[in-house]
Amino acid sequence: MTYLKIDHVDKVFTRGSASTEVLKDINLTVEKGEYISIIGHSGCGKSTLLNIVAGLTNATQGGVLLEDREVNSPGPDRAVVFQNHSLLPWLTVYDNVRLGVDKVFAKTKTRAERDEWVLYNLNLVQMTHAKDKRPSEVSGGMKQRVGIARALAMEPKVLLLDEPFGALDALTRAHLQDSVMALHQKLGNTIMMITHDVDEAVLLSDRIVMMTNGPSAKIGEVLDVPLPRPRKRLELASNTTYLKCRQRVLEFLYERQRFVEAA
Amino acid sequence: MNMPVLKTNLAASAPMESATVVSLPMAKPSYMTTRILPGLRAVSARVVPPVIMLALIFGVWQLLCMKPGATLPSPSRIWADAKDLIIDPFFITGPQDIGLGWRVLTSLQRVAIGFGLASVVGILVGAVIGQSIWAMRGLDPIFQVLRTVPPLAWLPISLAAFRDSNPSAIFVIFITSIWPIIINTAVGIRNIPQDYRNVAAVVQLNQVEFFWKIMIPSAAPYIFTGLRIGIGLSWLAIVAAEMLTGGVGIGFFIWDAWNSSRLSDIFVALAYIGTVGFMLDRIVAFVANLATRGAQAS
Repeated sequence: MTYLKIDHVDKVFTRGSASTEVLKDINLTVEKGEYISIIGHSGCGKSTLLNIVAGLTNATQGGVLLEDREVNSPGPDRAVVFQNHSLLPWLTVYDNVRLGVDKVFAKTKTRAERDEWVLYNLNLVQMTHAKDKRPSEVSGGMKQRVGIARALAMEPKVLLLDEPFGALDALTRAHLQDSVMALHQKLGNTIMMITHDVDEAVLLSDRIVMMTNGPSAKIGEVLDVPLPRPRKRLELASNTTYLKCRQRVLEFLYERQRFVEAA
Repeated sequence: MNMPVLKTNLAASAPMESATVVSLPMAKPSYMTTRILPGLRAVSARVVPPVIMLALIFGVWQLLCMKPGATLPSPSRIWADAKDLIIDPFFITGPQDIGLGWRVLTSLQRVAIGFGLASVVGILVGAVIGQSIWAMRGLDPIFQVLRTVPPLAWLPISLAAFRDSNPSAIFVIFITSIWPIIINTAVGIRNIPQDYRNVAAVVQLNQVEFFWKIMIPSAAPYIFTGLRIGIGLSWLAIVAAEMLTGGVGIGFFIWDAWNSSRLSDIFVALAYIGTVGFMLDRIVAFVANLATRGAQAS
């Protein structure tokens, strides 16, 4: 049984009489516990694809099936970690996570259990120390950690990461990538991540989905990353499988789908 | 572990004692010079200029209105005529002979009811308009026309509808202050970032939760701008409305003083109105500051 299935998805944006086909016939299946990266040049519609899975945008044709049921509206079973963290600035770190927890577990957990669950998830991302701070009082990397905690706390069936480390500096990014890897190892989440960073994709993913340039972007190639877990950043630097995978993605992006400036 | 350290310190400082005594008198005035004097200076820098300007204005006014044929009373004349009104705002000597404090409170009560209703209705209507593009297209042009109608133009309609002066005055406050609240709330709600809407959608907040948890906090800075304009307008409107409807109130007091040629009383009333209006504005601004502390996005 496939866990998540993206079935013949087309997306056409219409504005007045002009219409642009962004995605064309996207088919993808994701197994439970798998870490999938979607990589492509900017403007290829990878964020649109993620939004369709999240239910924030509707597909023009085709649909998304999660455990054989169609999903076409947003919900906590497909929690999103947004690129710009999207924490509510008037709530504390704790309350930002609590907002989702209160809603998802309103009937299944008592007040005390929900409190405990929020703290447990903040602890997973090592943010318990800042639980009473507002988002404006913590660093960019910390905000993103809270964003991850908020998503994890909803116990999603699929965790959607929309370029989660794009706005961070290189050191913070590496640190957070390691954290996400450790969380994936520990919790076994199914994760779908948008990225434009080749190293990040190879390091984190079980499979890398490479998209062709838009308009009418398709899945160009799907690459298996047969590296054993847990993976270590430093050891991989000289690993031949890692380098081969990296080479394949680079070739796809910079030879076969060279980014056309005008597009 | 601490003990030997302490001992050596004591031993080292004992012969030096005469030297440290010299530095002690230095420490005392340093508190005075670092804390109290700059504090006083900061306060006086804000208080002294307006006091000087006020003295100048009163001086010029006194000079202009001192000569026998002057049409308006001079400050000294006002003090002589209306000393009781200035000194004691809360006296009661008869049904129509009460202190200005009482009259202001009566007016404030009307403003509180009218403005309170306008706030609740204005925020709700503004939220609907901000959320719905069709409500916006349908209602915005109408509101833009209605908001330019002067407060007093509503009074005859209001009197005809309510057939009583007190609800009419309250209605005038309501209808005057509601437009900026509606319009600012609608703008604030339209400007809620898509990110927050996405968060609400993923968490699956319902309409009511979305209103309280996302809309109101996110639009709070805009809403408070509307409330601040609204409270200013209601204070303008109440004085005018009371002049025409009569009864107790600071507006009617002015009208009554004019009819019985007590010009000095009018000046005192003006000072009261200005001060209260200023305080109302400050109060709303203060509440806005408290409420929107965290709302600045980062």
